[in-house]
Amino acid sequence: MITRLFSFKGGVKPESHKNESSGTPIQKAPLPKRLVIPLRQSIRSTARCLVAPGQRVLKGEHIGEGEGGLGTSVHASTSGTVVEIAPSPMAHASGLETLSIVIEPDGEDRWIDHTPLDLHSVSREEALAWLRGCGIVGMGGAGFPTHVKLGGGRGIDTLVINGAECEPWITCDDRLMRERAPEVLSGAMILRELIGAKQVLVGIEDNKPEAIAAMQAAASGLGDDISVVPVPTLYPAGGEKQLIRVLTGVEIPQGKLGTDFGVQCFNVGTANAVHRAIRFGEPLVSRVITLTGNVARPGNYEVLLGTQVSELLDLAGPKADTDRYIVGGPMMGTELQSLSVPVSKGMNCIIAASPALFPPPPPELPCIRCGACARACPADLQPFELYWFSRAKNFGKAQEYHLFDCIECGCCAFVCPSRIPLVDYYRFAKGEIWARERELQASDQARERFEFRNFRQEREKEEKAAKLAAKAAETRAKLAESGEAAAPAAETEDPKKALVAAALARAKQQQAAVTPKNTDGLTADVQAEIANIEARREKLNPQDADKAP
Amino acid sequence: MLTALLIMTGIAIVLGAALGYASIRFKVEGDPLVEKIDAILPQTQCGQCGYPGCKPYAQAISNGEADINQCPPGGEEGIRKLADLLGREFKPLSEEHGTEKPKSVARIDEQVCIGCTLCIQACPVDAIVGAAKQMHTVVAPLCTGCELCVAPCPVDCISMVPIAETVETWKWKYPVHELRSAA
Repeated sequence: MITRLFSFKGGVKPESHKNESSGTPIQKAPLPKRLVIPLRQSIRSTARCLVAPGQRVLKGEHIGEGEGGLGTSVHASTSGTVVEIAPSPMAHASGLETLSIVIEPDGEDRWIDHTPLDLHSVSREEALAWLRGCGIVGMGGAGFPTHVKLGGGRGIDTLVINGAECEPWITCDDRLMRERAPEVLSGAMILRELIGAKQVLVGIEDNKPEAIAAMQAAASGLGDDISVVPVPTLYPAGGEKQLIRVLTGVEIPQGKLGTDFGVQCFNVGTANAVHRAIRFGEPLVSRVITLTGNVARPGNYEVLLGTQVSELLDLAGPKADTDRYIVGGPMMGTELQSLSVPVSKGMNCIIAASPALFPPPPPELPCIRCGACARACPADLQPFELYWFSRAKNFGKAQEYHLFDCIECGCCAFVCPSRIPLVDYYRFAKGEIWARERELQASDQARERFEFRNFRQEREKEEKAAKLAAKAAETRAKLAESGEAAAPAAETEDPKKALVAAALARAKQQQAAVTPKNTDGLTADVQAEIANIEARREKLNPQDADKAP
Repeated sequence: MLTALLIMTGIAIVLGAALGYASIRFKVEGDPLVEKIDAILPQTQCGQCGYPGCKPYAQAISNGEADINQCPPGGEEGIRKLADLLGREFKPLSEEHGTEKPKSVARIDEQVCIGCTLCIQACPVDAIVGAAKQMHTVVAPLCTGCELCVAPCPVDCISMVPIAETVETWKWKYPVHELRSAA
């Protein structure tokens, strides 16, 4: 059991706005008219499409095969017909398109045959492959594949289940824990078994008393090594490193992961998905999502993956003065670029924003070096330094100040008296550094290939020369063997010249061997006449004398 | 007088020996400046600078034969980096060597390709595959966009296609908005 809690440095307390959407139970969203299922369910890997337009699919049918180590499977969220496979905007800050499978539901919502997995009859690797095949990824937002996170299953002492849900407005994990606490804990027990942890700690922020009570009631029958721990409400207590710090006191240093210290962390939504995948064999085809903000009916909805946001918003009824939508929370979320974006595995909340709720940011003022950001930073960074270096595009320096340890939680921008959008600068700098990294790799590759090509051309030239020399030597040897006069150019270094000389010599000999027929068997008179003519010619052109036959 | 001379000569001999030893012991292989310049150049190997590849151009800059503003693929940023490295004044890209273009890759229209292998021979990074009288194609991730294959093609089937932005290559924009003067 936990006896004391720890605290992390910094953090802020934004207005929580949880009550708007946490009062009503999770409702099942009606079947959408059209499902757009992106083959890329996270930024890391795109699945290979397994279906063709016109094909009929069942709910839970495998329609995309994960590629590479970070790939996971993609499934049809309902039964219906594949209409097309085309690029479509995805839930990403860029609003760029990605290859997606469009399914027209047939309204039956018929499941494919699925069977539970008996964990005790299969090996650990098989169980992880099962999770990969069920398309289980982290549902807290990052979408990191769960089977990869479960890793080697060695050296993990504590499993942390993240139910903190520290971002304002979002309540999907809260409702999930209130209504499906036994399922979540069952998933947590499966995860514990797979990762080989001794104890399970479920961290829940203390502004969710109902969820804490429900989880504690469900955990009471599961033994002593699982405990539900209320943690103080302080943003970003739900950050992985921060929650681990609060619950276990382990401070994960720069460049290390929780696993290096025997701690691994999973979201409650992920635990629920793992429970469905193992106990029922159901792939991940739906998730709970919070619709809140400037809407008539805020609440939580169980939504099929691939439902377009436009259809989803009709359920909540956005008010007339809504001017934009935020995906995720107000602290870390990004603006929705298009209403045709489909719900993905990592999308936990959509907030309708109006100028009254989220007033446009006041103009950015110069940094006054007050240091408020450094006091608020939960990652122990110096945000003002990072800001200056990012703004000046001095990326090397920004990296020296550990830019990549920034979790983009937004605490610094929240407290900044000059209202500088600090996180935007960090995101910009990170993107530029990654782009440079890619360019550097590409140019290194090009240099290597160019140098190899030059080397190859040089080698080919040498090989050709060597071949030629060998041939020349062969010819000379043949000539010498046949007892004929050695080629005059036998000593020359250049094999090509030697070959030419040898050929010339051969031709001369052949020519010499052939005597003109009209000089055979001549009479003495004719011969005398020829000699006469030759003598005359010699007199006229003495230089021709040696050329005469 | 003599002591002073002896001391000075002694010091000179000792220091000379030390320097001589150091010049052998710590000899630097190759020219480090050329390597540094080469690391800044984009390795397109396009020859637009007038030298057969990036390394020869780096060599030429190091020898003072070439100016730093002859590399269009490196663009303004590349010139700035070279100016920083060499302690020279920044100058805009020289127009006779070309203009800065968006990064692109070559694409062979496979319907038109006659399989002459001329582009394969022209490619400085061996990014085109194919054989005589067989269709050729460009391995896009390896293509540097140097355009050297475009001219040799007898049927003009190679075009340069700008690289589209994907989710992997997308970047957050610079948050500072430049103020425009009211014209």
